[in-house]
Amino acid sequence: MSDYIKDAILTGVWETFVMTFFASLFSYIVGMPLGVILYSTSKGRLLQNRAVNFVIGAIVNITRSLPFLILLVLLIPFTRLVVGQSIGTTAAIVPLTIGAIPIVARMVESSLNEVQPGIIEAAASMGASPLYTIIHFIIPEAMPSLLQGGAINVATVLGYSAMAGVIGGGGLGAIALQYGYYRYQKDVLWTTVTLLIIMVMLIQELGIRLSKKHRKT
Amino acid sequence: MDNVFELQNVYKTYKNDGKEFTALKEVSLTVKEGEIFGIIGMSGAGKSTLVRTLNRLEEVTSGTVSFYGKDLASLKAKELRKVRHSISMIFQGFNLVNQRTVIQNVEQSLKIIGTPRAERREKALKMLETVGLSEKANQYPARLSGGQKQRVAIARALAVDPKVLLCDEATSALDPKITNEILDLLKKINEERKLTIVIITHEMSVVEKICDRVAIIDDGNLAEVGDVKDVFSNPQSKAAKKLVFPSNPFDPSDDEGQIVRIVFDGTQSNVPFIANLVEQTGLKVNILSANTRSVGGIGYGQMIVELPPRAEERQKIIDFFRNGGLSVSEVNRNE
Repeated sequence: MSDYIKDAILTGVWETFVMTFFASLFSYIVGMPLGVILYSTSKGRLLQNRAVNFVIGAIVNITRSLPFLILLVLLIPFTRLVVGQSIGTTAAIVPLTIGAIPIVARMVESSLNEVQPGIIEAAASMGASPLYTIIHFIIPEAMPSLLQGGAINVATVLGYSAMAGVIGGGGLGAIALQYGYYRYQKDVLWTTVTLLIIMVMLIQELGIRLSKKHRKT
Repeated sequence: MDNVFELQNVYKTYKNDGKEFTALKEVSLTVKEGEIFGIIGMSGAGKSTLVRTLNRLEEVTSGTVSFYGKDLASLKAKELRKVRHSISMIFQGFNLVNQRTVIQNVEQSLKIIGTPRAERREKALKMLETVGLSEKANQYPARLSGGQKQRVAIARALAVDPKVLLCDEATSALDPKITNEILDLLKKINEERKLTIVIITHEMSVVEKICDRVAIIDDGNLAEVGDVKDVFSNPQSKAAKKLVFPSNPFDPSDDEGQIVRIVFDGTQSNVPFIANLVEQTGLKVNILSANTRSVGGIGYGQMIVELPPRAEERQKIIDFFRNGGLSVSEVNRNE
């Protein structure tokens, strides 16, 4: 492998890291509250509201059922609107975030659903408001599960980031595509694939450790 | 003495898949300040629903529930939350936050009422001392036994100085020894803090041990309410009788034989009635079952005996017991 390609791979690792980090961060900033809303407005929950639950649920389901590659292309005009360009690492963060939001929302919802109803009843009996109960009882109790879900989400975003290479998003995916696929450089292909696998494994391991550290039961 | 709770004609109806289910029917009762009030009934009788109407975790369908004269149904969400700071509750499943330490769990109730951090810690530690768990302050609930978890829940419930403590089957998940320890603790707190306690249970032993008054709930109806010693020595309703008197373990040896229940109300529990009967009349009875229980230190007992077939002999025996001050009632064989 030439030094030129080695440099490209190093840059790719960095770009993949940047895309994954920011897309995960932004998707949680939006997806976490959405997950909390989905959970708390569903039937029998603290802020039961059929209309809100239906609308958000429908949006989440529609976004989630679009194949990510299609979403990438569909979102090009939106991306240009947000970051002023549609190619490059920064631009790729936009569709990655949008694609991850519904997954994060459903993951958060399912983690919160695991919390025993008894704890919520205890909070109510102490005179806690619904919002207080969510912040101080439900989310802390669901934390180990949320962290585990977090690791899965970040790994998914990492996988998606490789696809961003198709529309000029940079990162390891783009390198694998350009050098490995279009130019038949198998060594480059395998190197990038190995690096991606290592990155996913590191994220999983980190998630599991964090979750274990937090799980007190 | 003030009435803490006053329930008037409380009905609770659930609608499930278009079907209506009435969990509470025309329940009226009062809970007085400083007493330990037991609510007993079979599972599914509606007692858990009943206790939840006391802090409005369950809304009543009709009727009123008042807390110190205030109708709970009239309160707005914010006012209700404030009232709930005076009505603490503990549960069968403890309901602690497992991802928080013991001390953090105890502090939760104080945090909700807005106690400043330093004061919160101090009060929580004091409460842990009261329940005997000071050394477990920084442990997580998963490391505690069931009895210890319930103590933490009690500390959490009482840290805010409530006026009432509601106990929903609080000892049902615990073994008899631990149950007794928890009941002793509740009794101690009741005496020291003049705290009113409402206990929901399906266990007679719990009511016997610490309750002053008891209500018997049967199929959503209030079957009977009164002082524990009255209800236990002389139950009036069928549901109360069923709870107080266990069913007959044996069938009588003779189909013709009559079965009666003799109830001792404490003053005669040291007189050997059966021996006296044989000595003085020469007539014999067949004892089918007998038991005694101690309610507030006084022995109460009942005996189920089979009488001889001849009517005049039976009458003689019944008269003998009645003259001795015991109550005698015929037992229906299918009871």
